[in-house]
Amino acid sequence: MEGNLNLTLKIWRQKNASVAGKFETYQVSGISTDMSFLEMIDVLNNRLIEEGDDPVAFDHDCREGICGMCSMYINGRPHGPNRGVTTCQLHMRSFKDGETITVEPWRASAFPVIKDLVVNRSSFDRIIAAGGFISVNTGNAKDANNIPINKDDADEAFAAAACIGCGACVAACKNASAMLFTSAKVSQLALLPQGQIEAATRAQAMVAQMDEEGFGACSNTGACEAECPKGISIENIARMNREYFSATFTSK
Amino acid sequence: MAWLAKSLNSSLGKKLLMAITGLFLISFLLVHCSLNALIFLNDGGAAFNEGAEFMGTNPIIRTMEIVLFAGLLLHIFDGLRLWFENKSKRPVAYAKVDGAANSKWYSRSMGLLGTLLLLFLILHLKHFWYFSRLTEGLEDHTLFAEMQAVFMNPVVVIVYVLGCISLGYHLLHGFSSAFQSIGWNHPKYTPGIKLVGAIFSIVIPAVFAAMPVAFYFHLIH
Repeated sequence: MEGNLNLTLKIWRQKNASVAGKFETYQVSGISTDMSFLEMIDVLNNRLIEEGDDPVAFDHDCREGICGMCSMYINGRPHGPNRGVTTCQLHMRSFKDGETITVEPWRASAFPVIKDLVVNRSSFDRIIAAGGFISVNTGNAKDANNIPINKDDADEAFAAAACIGCGACVAACKNASAMLFTSAKVSQLALLPQGQIEAATRAQAMVAQMDEEGFGACSNTGACEAECPKGISIENIARMNREYFSATFTSK
Repeated sequence: MAWLAKSLNSSLGKKLLMAITGLFLISFLLVHCSLNALIFLNDGGAAFNEGAEFMGTNPIIRTMEIVLFAGLLLHIFDGLRLWFENKSKRPVAYAKVDGAANSKWYSRSMGLLGTLLLLFLILHLKHFWYFSRLTEGLEDHTLFAEMQAVFMNPVVVIVYVLGCISLGYHLLHGFSSAFQSIGWNHPKYTPGIKLVGAIFSIVIPAVFAAMPVAFYFHLIH
């Protein structure tokens, strides 16, 4: 371990959804540049626990960049200053000694704060439940290559399916819009033959749920795509628009 | 028709309406700019006045003028509705936002740029539309002469140039954004759309801005 960082942290503290939160300032010292951002918060929390204070609540699970839990808005950007990473894959070498780091939760009316940096993202689950599924017969598993699929389509569907539902797109968007998330979930099925059965209703149902949850509309700024840790393309949003309007104008 | 209203009132529908009215207004800008560019012929406004006379009297054009105002009002209404609705989706603002790291400032400022354009447009309509529709008629007082008179005021010239700059940035995002909202994002066409959009956003406002400047410096007689 090399490098010792002394940092000032401005962290959002909020007891629960019904009370107003505020920033608290903490000093941490002797932080290794090899630590991940979450490990740095762990160091702070250990100290807070030892001092009898309430540790900072934050979401985390796999800590290897694939679960999408570690929602932190760091220095004005979701998951901090680097592209294509979640907070657990952000390392302290990305910061300078003596720096002040501002840490906030995702801010959107559809993502209410549960505590401190933890937000409730169940609105995403309800969007998926509204239409992000396919109908298949139960029974023995079918042969994997039963239905031939063009390699390019399979790749594109896979790229959309890489979405981990972290919510960075919503956090980055000036409108707190969930278009990138919803469009990725529409696209991963719309691109495959198995997804055609519900094609006419899927986009309509998922968009209706998205609107009901209180996400904003799309301004095509591209901020979501730039901040997505999985590099989901806004081409998916255009595809969702096509799916939605073709369903609007052609469905019975 | 309830299905259509429901669809157009969804978050996607509002953007579709924005895109269609926006592209319609873009087509109007092209006509408006080409016709006004006739002043650069330096023929004392003869060709321009003839064009203005045609636009002012042709029944098809006059009908399209009503459609144009309807499209403009729809674009403004829908834009303001989106602006206020989108603002309400983040009730607690971030303390620190590094917007420049992930998007262009003008793409995040379409509501502001649009409002500036609306204020400019009110002044612009008062200067020329009101004149040509409601007070013109004297043979010796043409639209060209009115332009000459209006653009003698340096404050007006500066406001017009600023209006054109707002228009340029509004178009720089709006042109390609409209195609994305319609669902037209394709590796074959999107680079072309972005290029045409960028050229359009620079050339059209630049030609417009050159008009008051040229009048002010007596480059057009």
